[in-house]
Amino acid sequence: MRVAVWRRDGRSGGRLALVAILALICAFPLAYMLSLSFSQLGGVLAPGLSVLPQHPTLGNYAAAWSENDFSGYFLNSIFVAAGTVIGTVSLSALTAYGFARYQFRGRETLFYLMLASLAVPATLLVLPQYVLMRDLGLLDSRVGLTLLYVSANLPFSVFLLRGFFEGIPRELFEAMRLDGVSELGILIKLVLPMSRAALATVALFTFNGAWDEFVLALTMINTPSKRTMPIAIALFQQTHYSAWGPFFAASIIATAPTVIAFAVAQRWFQQGLSMGALQ
Amino acid sequence: MLPRVRGALAFGQRPLPYLFILPGVAFYLIFTIYPVLRQAEMSFQHWQPVPGTPTPFVGLSNYARALHDPVVRTAAINSLLYTLVTVPTQMLLGLAAANLLHRRLPGRWIWRTLIYLPVVTSWVIASYVFAYLFNTDEGLVNAVLSALAGHAVTIDWLQNTWTSFAVIWLLAVWKGIGWSMVMFLAGLTALDRSVVESGQVDGARGWRLWWHIILPGIRPTTIFVFVMLVIGSLQAFLSIFLLTSGGPYNSTQVLLTYTYQVAFSFFDFGYAAALATMLGVALFLLSAAEIRLLRERKAA
Repeated sequence: MRVAVWRRDGRSGGRLALVAILALICAFPLAYMLSLSFSQLGGVLAPGLSVLPQHPTLGNYAAAWSENDFSGYFLNSIFVAAGTVIGTVSLSALTAYGFARYQFRGRETLFYLMLASLAVPATLLVLPQYVLMRDLGLLDSRVGLTLLYVSANLPFSVFLLRGFFEGIPRELFEAMRLDGVSELGILIKLVLPMSRAALATVALFTFNGAWDEFVLALTMINTPSKRTMPIAIALFQQTHYSAWGPFFAASIIATAPTVIAFAVAQRWFQQGLSMGALQ
Repeated sequence: MLPRVRGALAFGQRPLPYLFILPGVAFYLIFTIYPVLRQAEMSFQHWQPVPGTPTPFVGLSNYARALHDPVVRTAAINSLLYTLVTVPTQMLLGLAAANLLHRRLPGRWIWRTLIYLPVVTSWVIASYVFAYLFNTDEGLVNAVLSALAGHAVTIDWLQNTWTSFAVIWLLAVWKGIGWSMVMFLAGLTALDRSVVESGQVDGARGWRLWWHIILPGIRPTTIFVFVMLVIGSLQAFLSIFLLTSGGPYNSTQVLLTYTYQVAFSFFDFGYAAALATMLGVALFLLSAAEIRLLRERKAA
């Protein structure tokens, strides 16, 4: 018995080493970026092999934030991502509830029509969406961009929430019906509070998707002051080709909200995924 | 598992379900389905870059052009290569990571988070980090190689076709391991303990245990991961768009980057619409076939 326990510990040492190597490889590029964001990088001075910042400085952050109206891009991204989360969560909750709770003509057809778009890359729709937004007068508009993001995030959200809603025991609904609660009231008072994990998962996915989206933002937005973070970062890199220090500082600032959102929602996130989509 | 309730709530309130789904469905029809149809229409037209000019019907000529376009051929091969290289690699490493991490291990949560970090990093930032690492003059990779070689190594990673592929593939694998790991972790956790233990009692150890007990046990997960990664790999766009823009001379172009360039660099909307429609139909059929495979395996 003792020997067996000891042997298992010995094996876990080997596993630990392998895991650590893999984790370090995965984390390294990001750690390196973090280090460079605090480093003084001259145009000709190569950082060399050092992974820790040389001459640590906050100057890159100051430069990134003050230059190029960066705070404005940050606010644009907050606006678009928040709008996308609110729009997607409310629309997909209503839609998923309709799909989950009622039997009606064309239900499965409509549901699979929504899912079908998941099989096709969003990049392939940029051209006709550009033409549509032009016709609607919504080109170069943050609201227009948000509308496209909501539409892009709906299918997966509806899919996830429908699975989750269908798992709620029928007896709870019946009890509320007997109490005379309206259908919308049941959604608000029973279904949504019970689905916190799934809603948090949808919100997290949607937030990250809108925060990081690149192609639509690049194509739809022309006015520099309306740009979102990913576009600003890409253009920043292209215009100041050698200014890597401020560029990485900008990237760290841009990454922070998604990492925070992930850290906050992580607990619900795995639960929501396993109960909704992967059952 | 909670009892599942399937529909069938005949309440005499027929319009109600439609009221619930109406806003979402209408949204989806306007901003997703209508553009699909509009694009199909555009693919039969000749478009001028100037707005307001007529768009004459040109039949199938945009499609015929695609069949004879050498860049389309290169891009199709590159897309296929990307899938063939990155999907199996991500699956193997993701499974290895899950295997190492699903049992007790000190600091398990930290390791998982570190391996998952690239997944939540944006493609834009990840692409530029790799552009920096593989930068010819300032990049860390050439610096390390120089130190190892004892003389200056100046590989133009992102200016040559095959070295560009290497960077693009590496980025895809690096960014994808964490996702596969999480999926396989879920699969391994769901695997019935007693099945594995009875296998061990029968004397299965190490590779034999894996081959005969664990791999068949997590098959639904494996197929799910495979299907999702293939679909995802055919959607690869940003890394290539940002790292090489399909260059040099279109040699690293994939179908999506080329389609986007035809639309928004050459403003050849009709031809781009034909390319996008063809590609969309092909990818849709492929995904539908794969998802069918997924469901059959699940049912079996």
